Amino acid sequence: MEVEKITEEAPEVKTFRLKFKNPEDAEKFEFKAGQFGEYSVMGEGESTFCIASAPTRKGYIECTFRKAGRVTGALANLEEGETIGFRGPYGNVFPIDEWKGKNLLYIAGGIALPPMRCVIWNTLDLRENYKDITIIYGARSVEDLVYKNELKEWEERPDVKLVTTVDPGGQTPDWKGEIGFVPTVLEKVAPSSKDTIAIVCGPPIMIKYTFPVLEKLGFTDETIYTTLENRMKCGFGKCGRCNVGKYFVCKDGPVFTLKQLKELPDEY
Amino acid sequence: MEIEKKLIKKASLEKLFEKLQAKGNKIFAPVSKDGKTEFQYNPSYAEVTYDHIQTTQSLKNTVFPKIENLIRFKTDRSGVEVTEVDLTQVQSLVLWGVHPCDAAGFNALKSIFMWDYKDEYFNSRLQKIAVIGLSCHKSDDNCFCTSVGLNPGGTQGCDILLTKLSSGDFLAEIITEKGKAIVTEASELFETAPSETKEGNLAQVNQQFSHEKVTKNLAGAFEHPFWVENSLRCIGCGACAFVCPACACFDIQDETKGKNGKRLRCWDSCGFGLFTIHTSGHNPREVQSQRWRQRILHKFSYMPERNESLGCIGCGRCSRACPVDMNILEQLVSLEKL
Repeated sequence: MEVEKITEEAPEVKTFRLKFKNPEDAEKFEFKAGQFGEYSVMGEGESTFCIASAPTRKGYIECTFRKAGRVTGALANLEEGETIGFRGPYGNVFPIDEWKGKNLLYIAGGIALPPMRCVIWNTLDLRENYKDITIIYGARSVEDLVYKNELKEWEERPDVKLVTTVDPGGQTPDWKGEIGFVPTVLEKVAPSSKDTIAIVCGPPIMIKYTFPVLEKLGFTDETIYTTLENRMKCGFGKCGRCNVGKYFVCKDGPVFTLKQLKELPDEY
Repeated sequence: MEIEKKLIKKASLEKLFEKLQAKGNKIFAPVSKDGKTEFQYNPSYAEVTYDHIQTTQSLKNTVFPKIENLIRFKTDRSGVEVTEVDLTQVQSLVLWGVHPCDAAGFNALKSIFMWDYKDEYFNSRLQKIAVIGLSCHKSDDNCFCTSVGLNPGGTQGCDILLTKLSSGDFLAEIITEKGKAIVTEASELFETAPSETKEGNLAQVNQQFSHEKVTKNLAGAFEHPFWVENSLRCIGCGACAFVCPACACFDIQDETKGKNGKRLRCWDSCGFGLFTIHTSGHNPREVQSQRWRQRILHKFSYMPERNESLGCIGCGRCSRACPVDMNILEQLVSLEKL
């Protein structure tokens, strides 16, 4: 695929807009929110990220990654117009059809907004299908917030309630959002659990403290969704890496309900 | 098809081997050298052994190479050019003198590579092998095929199974169409089946545990202290996985030379510390006991449930290869009583 556009999101974090070089591939390609792919720089290897753009936005896909290892380091060095490899889509999806007529509460931390961005935009593009949409997003610092332009857009939309927060000490003098960790802010915002689906994605520590708050707010295990990220190589249930107990994150996930998570052994 | 039985005399067996070779077939057969037996490509018939208990290496390399070239690529300023590997070029291969456990090993691999998505690399090789099995008339303390539902004269995975009879001649059981084709092309070498049965000519491998019971016990054993107690010795070298006929975990890596490169699928092991590590440094299986647990659970709990096959054929190679004497049979016997 061709790297059509590069956006600098935060320090070491970039978004690539990718377009299929072969029109036939573009024609055949279909995916749903929640799925992931294997992105590669030839000679460096493959890396697993979710597709961060919504399936309702046709003609391209996007991925957002932080420069961290060999492959992401090589990806970060690419310029617009260069070519990368892509395999996918793999994995299961967010059941957005089942969520019709409900309120949606998105809770994300740091670099975990990208796996949620696909479903946020997907549901915003089908806005009439859902009632209230609330997004709570936190990062370590103002600088670390990704998709700054889109955060602004969501903030300005009357049909979205956006709450942004940064960790104490991460604020700038003109920061107007919340200051505090995501679970604390969630408790403060206290969205109603009535007819609401909560979608949570973030670092393990954030998730660990967010679930009890949601439970306190009355959310049941079936109404809480998250997307797991385990190390993967193949993406289709063979290489033996991503399994949590008998479940493959790449086949049975990455999207799980809290009810399903509670049935899994602690191996993620 | 119904299994057909024939007799092949000792001298005729040599002729069959030579006939197959003369027809241009590549043969992979066990050869003993310096007290060690390994499968070798195209040995002379005189080198082939019928007396070994087990080769160190399994046969999985023939369908799941240690390093498999997935694609070739060329990168330069104008872009990337990718060339697919031509799998129609995979050569046919006759596997000669394969013990029943190893023949069954192909089914375990098949259950992984073909369980939903059909892996063409694996499948194209599997289609090209013919398995001429050899019943075991000897075993050692590490053998436990009868505990995992197999036996020293089992036909599973074989196209033809040979059993050495008391006379030194061989009983040939023709199991598949592929096996029948081999026999048809050399029909002059096969004679009417003898009255002597194979059962009296097999190794005695006593059943030591019930694998169904082990699978049942493992369902609730994730947090059991067993894993820590029984893996303290493990040094995470991965030898068990590399010699295992049913281990199929792999890595995907790129290798380049100048502008040209290959994407490779390489054997890997769940016993390695870096196997599941995330980029963030978080590792879902950060200590060896968790990795040992994964190995056993994968073979005896997850695979039976997800792939409808055990991930173990009782060949005992892992126990023989382990540098710190971890013995899988002892552990499975304990797990049955857990």
